[in-house]
Amino acid sequence: MSSLTLHDVRITGAEGSRNYINDEYGALSWLLTKDHKRIAILYLISITIMFLLGGSFAVIMRVELLTPEGDLLTSDTYNKMFTLHGIVMIFFFLIPVIPAILGNFILPIQLGAKDFAFPKINLLSWYLYIFAAAVGLYVIITGGVDTGWTFYTPFSTQYSNTHVIGVTFAGFIAGFSSILTGLNFIVTIHRMRAPGLTWYRLPLFVWALYATSVVMLLATPVLAITLVMLMFERFTGIGIFNPAIGGDPVLYQHMFWFYSHPAVYIMILPAMGVASEVVAAFTRKKIFGYRFVAFSSLGIAFLGFLVWAHHLFVAGISVYSALIFAFLSFFVAVPSAIKVFNWTATLYKASVSWATPMLYILGFIGLFTIGGVTGLFLAALGLDIHVHDTYFVVAHFHYVMVGGTVMAYLAGIHYWWPKITGRMYNEFWARLAALLVFVGFNLTFFPQFILGYLGMPRRYHAYAPEFQVLNVMSTAGASILAVGYALPLIYLGFSLRFGRKAGVNPWGAVGLEWTTSSPPPKHNFEETPVVTWDAYDYPAMMKAVGETQNV
Amino acid sequence: MEIPYNVAPRPDTGLYNAKLGIWLFLASEVMLFGALFSSLILLRSGAPSWPRGWEELNVPLATINTFVLIFSSVAVVMAWANFRLGQFSKGRIWLGVTLLCAAGFMVIKGFEYAHKFHLHHYPSTSNFFAIYFVMTGLHGLHVLGGVVVFGYFAGPGSKMYFSERQRFINRIEVAGLYWHFVDLVWIFLFPTLYLL
Ligand SMILES: [Cu+2]
Repeated sequence: MSSLTLHDVRITGAEGSRNYINDEYGALSWLLTKDHKRIAILYLISITIMFLLGGSFAVIMRVELLTPEGDLLTSDTYNKMFTLHGIVMIFFFLIPVIPAILGNFILPIQLGAKDFAFPKINLLSWYLYIFAAAVGLYVIITGGVDTGWTFYTPFSTQYSNTHVIGVTFAGFIAGFSSILTGLNFIVTIHRMRAPGLTWYRLPLFVWALYATSVVMLLATPVLAITLVMLMFERFTGIGIFNPAIGGDPVLYQHMFWFYSHPAVYIMILPAMGVASEVVAAFTRKKIFGYRFVAFSSLGIAFLGFLVWAHHLFVAGISVYSALIFAFLSFFVAVPSAIKVFNWTATLYKASVSWATPMLYILGFIGLFTIGGVTGLFLAALGLDIHVHDTYFVVAHFHYVMVGGTVMAYLAGIHYWWPKITGRMYNEFWARLAALLVFVGFNLTFFPQFILGYLGMPRRYHAYAPEFQVLNVMSTAGASILAVGYALPLIYLGFSLRFGRKAGVNPWGAVGLEWTTSSPPPKHNFEETPVVTWDAYDYPAMMKAVGETQNV
Repeated sequence: MEIPYNVAPRPDTGLYNAKLGIWLFLASEVMLFGALFSSLILLRSGAPSWPRGWEELNVPLATINTFVLIFSSVAVVMAWANFRLGQFSKGRIWLGVTLLCAAGFMVIKGFEYAHKFHLHHYPSTSNFFAIYFVMTGLHGLHVLGGVVVFGYFAGPGSKMYFSERQRFINRIEVAGLYWHFVDLVWIFLFPTLYLL
């Protein structure tokens, strides 16, 4: 294989060559692997299973909410359904999904590295995740938990009769998986960049993962110690969060949200990174304002630590601190808006290719914007008191988490699927699924904004009859969404066997991952690349392509 | 497969990968203990009455423990320095001293705990004892973690000295950084819990 430069847009790789998939065989070669690409596949399988599990709880809830009466589930069972939906989706799907699957696979390749700085710790992270998931599954099978995913005290410490200790222990362990992933990413980004790959030449996905890793590393331990105190309180009867003996339940809320607000950025920052990659690749342009997009990731990571108390506006904090937190929450929207404006500016006057990843990202930009702007509504003190604990809040965070993170994840998995598997998926079915996801999503969650504004509270299995029409719409949307999520499982699985061979660079994209064969060889590159160009140097590539006519 | 800066430090920063890794890990630990210290401050400032540390806790024992830990931090540095000078058995002896100090700390801590239980002072007795037991308990677990690590390096792990000497010395240095941190946490715990 000849040495590679940026502007070789190669269409085919060496046929039948050895790659990370066929390099070794047998279950143990996967379960004991230190190859970041194989670990990414392990995550892909396990996180997909957790997504299906978390989704099934949502299906049960939406069916219950078809009618105003609580007829399908008892209120106790319904409490368990929304709790488990939240716990599984947040701790076992949204937090790890993009860093652990796409980040694991793509990050070292984008750096021109052979692996992470700590390959064994990378595998350990996966085992911690699996151990946590096993504890979580045990809790679900033996009766579940009913506290809500926030485990608010004193209900969780004194009154709930469900497996609070088990599930918080699972969250504690999953936290360590996340801390180790973040640590590994940071060291790798500092240490393993290919010669010539300076910070300002890094793809924006790398910047986004760097910012995410900082949040993982510094916020997660606070959750860990909070959950430890919660378990200890439930187990031994100490009173740190118990007002009856001088403790403070609001202290619990402060500590919980000190992690869980930044955790929102653990979920959305990698999604923004995927958006930057995909927008550049399918507009054939440099990202407008590269440095602004890069530093806005760090800005979000930093400001994200200063806004947690906006979850406590009605919990009895002082008006003055509420005012400050409202202001800071407005402020954190600025770097997010910078990103949206820069993506839009990149799209301006571009010849956009309507491939599936791009469809998802266009959806992402719109839905994330709606989710973000309604977040500003909620940061406003007056309106927050009106819509607190209503479906408005539910709709808001689903627009950010599902409309944002899940859409971007789907974009990313389609964008890098040819690289990961070496095969192309069926474009028709993929576009259809993207359309179904977009339509289904909006039909599910837009009515919930209205429901919330009209005053329907969250977390009840029965509701006033006048809310039924909007709830039926929401459930209908959820059915479409379910089909949209099921389709990729089918056609992506199908492509593994019957898909067209992808070649090195099916999108004609730039970036080091598109210079190695698909699937990549065990050590990613035949020879260490030397980088002499900026990220997203599409103009230069287009010029080179025009000269040689090799596309 | 060759990972860059795995053993040799990067020339511009002077850090090898594990050293950068342990600093990041310690940053994470700072947040962990920082959350506990913040809880202590909030609980204490919100409480109508809060006992003075020296009225409830044994200051002399804790003072001895402070010196034991400080000495153990010195011992780790001595071990590391001796390994670097090529004096394997001396280095190993200093690791033994470190382990002895850690064990001594835990034994003294055990006496303190036993005495508290004897007086029927349990974690559930009051918020003062709740936070006292949580903080010193978590710190004690970190000491035990150090015992496991140094026990391994003094025992079966020491073989690496003869196969990959620089890597072994790095390991002692990284574990030493962790140990200094555990020591430092105690230096903060001692005045906040016992003296204020
Ligand atoms: Cu928040």
